[in-house]
Amino acid sequence: MAQTQGAYYVPHGSHWPIVGSIGLFSTVIGAANWFNDGSGLTAKPLMFMGLAILVFMMFGWFGTVIRESVVGMYNKQVDTSFRMGMMWFIFSEVMFFAAFFGALFYARMFSVPWVGGEGHGGLTNYYLWQGFTPSWPTNGPGDIGGSFETIPAWHLPLVNTLLLLSSGVTITFAHHALRAGHRKSLLAWLAATIALGAAFLYFQATEYIEAYQHLNLTLGSGIYGSTFFMLTGFHGMHVTLGAIMLTVIWFRCAKGHFSADNHFGFEAVAWYWHFVDVVWLGLFVFVYVL
Amino acid sequence: MAHAAVHDTHHDAHDHKPQGFLHRWLFTTNHKDIGTLYLVFSMLMFFVGGSMAMIIRAELFEPGMQLVRPEFFNEMTSVHALVMIFGAVMPAFVGLGNWMIPMQIGAPDMALPRMNNWSFWILPFAFTLLLSSLFMPGAGPQGGWTLYPPLSLQGGNSVAFVIFAIHMMGISSIMGAINIIATILNMRAPGMDLLKMPIFVWSWLITAFLLIAVMPVLAGAVTMLLTDKYFGTSFFNAAGGGDPVMYQHIFWFFGHPEVYIMILPAFGIVSEIIPTFARKPLFGYQAMIYAIASIAFLSFIVWAHHMFTVGMPLGGELYFMYATMLIAIPTGVKVFNWVTTMWEGSMTFETPMLFAIAFVILFTIGGFSGLMLAIVPADFQYHDTYFVVAHFHYVLVTGAIFAIMASVYYWLPKWCGNMYSERWGKIHFWMSVISVNVLFFPQHFLGLAGMPRRIPDYNVAFADFNMISSIGGFWFGASQLLFVGVVIHAVYFSKSRAQARVWEGARGLEWTVPSPAPHHTFSEPPVIDNSQLAHGDVSH
Repeated sequence: MAQTQGAYYVPHGSHWPIVGSIGLFSTVIGAANWFNDGSGLTAKPLMFMGLAILVFMMFGWFGTVIRESVVGMYNKQVDTSFRMGMMWFIFSEVMFFAAFFGALFYARMFSVPWVGGEGHGGLTNYYLWQGFTPSWPTNGPGDIGGSFETIPAWHLPLVNTLLLLSSGVTITFAHHALRAGHRKSLLAWLAATIALGAAFLYFQATEYIEAYQHLNLTLGSGIYGSTFFMLTGFHGMHVTLGAIMLTVIWFRCAKGHFSADNHFGFEAVAWYWHFVDVVWLGLFVFVYVL
Repeated sequence: MAHAAVHDTHHDAHDHKPQGFLHRWLFTTNHKDIGTLYLVFSMLMFFVGGSMAMIIRAELFEPGMQLVRPEFFNEMTSVHALVMIFGAVMPAFVGLGNWMIPMQIGAPDMALPRMNNWSFWILPFAFTLLLSSLFMPGAGPQGGWTLYPPLSLQGGNSVAFVIFAIHMMGISSIMGAINIIATILNMRAPGMDLLKMPIFVWSWLITAFLLIAVMPVLAGAVTMLLTDKYFGTSFFNAAGGGDPVMYQHIFWFFGHPEVYIMILPAFGIVSEIIPTFARKPLFGYQAMIYAIASIAFLSFIVWAHHMFTVGMPLGGELYFMYATMLIAIPTGVKVFNWVTTMWEGSMTFETPMLFAIAFVILFTIGGFSGLMLAIVPADFQYHDTYFVVAHFHYVLVTGAIFAIMASVYYWLPKWCGNMYSERWGKIHFWMSVISVNVLFFPQHFLGLAGMPRRIPDYNVAFADFNMISSIGGFWFGASQLLFVGVVIHAVYFSKSRAQARVWEGARGLEWTVPSPAPHHTFSEPPVIDNSQLAHGDVSH
């Protein structure tokens, strides 16, 4: 049982972390076996079992935290710790995306021009890749994956930009409704945010299908396909995660977990949602437009 | 759960030690238990990685192929590094941070105690995964700990397992770092201002920031390796417009801050120990903080000095050379301040102080060889030779590891309540400090003479120094068994009880609680008495 030690809060022991470790362990072993063309129980089934354990862990762990929060066991200090935890987690996510943006910029600014003989890459071009003229988009001098077309920025990606930007507005309206204590309006705006996120994902899926079926733009389309799908793919996963989090928060709002002045769970998810929004703006500019 | 809040507030003073061995260690949310887990795990990995080093030195004892296959030798150099970096040094510092930071800032525990448990309990699984790769078809990683493509992608099934192991270590490190930052910024006792914090806490605050900033970048880099191998992407394939050198840039953007992640807490430890045994406040407390922060900042903008020979534009080489040399300035400030702290102090030479002084001298040697490596034209000669091996083992073994050992001797009496054997501690110190120099100093000469690193066989011209180095290696390895002996003796058998203030000259909150420290310290915020602090008002 948890103890409130004097002015401090110290939680009781928990079995959820070790459950999470087992889930993570099973997931990655299953995935690695699957990648290595393994079949049978230790490949995909193990991975899905691991993911199921992770989901189970999150239900249990967050459930415990929510129950403790609802009965008022957390003081201001715990709240601040949670806030800091979420902020620094988002910062780590920013750095994760920075690695892939870095790869995109490096390829466009350095490696593709160098292979094409610019800068100090003259000999590389002469001996290894003669006849290759640098351009963007490209799948490299080896024409890896065959010729492809790109997604035009001002169609679906523009729609998706507007969808995500609007969702940033609707979640702010939801927040204002929460602070004003208008639950109906809160639930409506939150539902609108989730709907906009779902529409974004639907269009993103449409775009992927279009790319694979008609444009021959795949993950294997050289450096353009690699950076395009890694950046948009990881972003899409984050939107999916964010939408799931928003859905959970919707149910928590419906159950009345949040008060006008105490609703960190809502704010954390809102921060996360703004973060995926900002990443998308970077994607829209650097992956689609430029 | 509902009545727990009301109910348990009445039991403030009780020691809530959970019952049962497994229950206690698997489910614990106590920073001291988790710190102990980290430290024990680190010790275990130190010997796992150490035994790999013994295999390496045994093979290199004489020229020619003696004991192992070249593939296995390459696995040993790769996994030795991964185990020592992610399994021994980093968890040791996190363990020390867990134990000491809450006690040093007057907090009841870490800010996020359940996540603290998860940070640790990911590690045994991650290392099971990493070490199991050695037994897989196609063998374990053979491309070095840096996993440079295309070599690293030519491995067998183990590639995916090694990459996932690194992902798990990264998750663990990020959660640990978030916890430490939240603890330091949010859990300080009233009156424990930022500029009164012990320097170890400061060093960890900055280290934690580095961890959160760069571990995700490593995750990104190895994820790209994974997709290049298994999903047909072309990040590191020039034919597709990518570039293997791009991996090196992304990797070292992580890798150079990582190097400082492994040394900044060591700076903090040494800055705690030297004032205690010199019986003087740390010279230039704020300058020390600024120096750590400057080193951390510079670590982000010097990464390509690890790849001078890869074929960068001249402007890039020059920039990275000069930026790297700048690091010598804040590092010089630190060394100067350690020496000046000792100046005219009334010094005694207990084991922690011996290790700390050895740190100052030997780390400085490692720093100087680093300065040599920073010079581009010189690096063309040194690159990928044993000179580099000597350099980073001076900063990591006689730097990071010596600081960890110093801290264990320094704080062990506070942890277990018993004094270690000073006699055997000193024997351990002298055996280590002599053997480690026999082990690594000749490697400078080997490198300058041109012996490449990560090679199982070598020209007979290198025979003598290699044999000396191997003898030093076995000697150093065996000496560490003494360390285990001293620790086990102190924890379980020592009859000599430690006082609350274990060392006469020690200052800081951790010395105001009894030894051993109770399971829960500071169930209420302690009143900060400035005269008891190491820093802050006392230094003005």
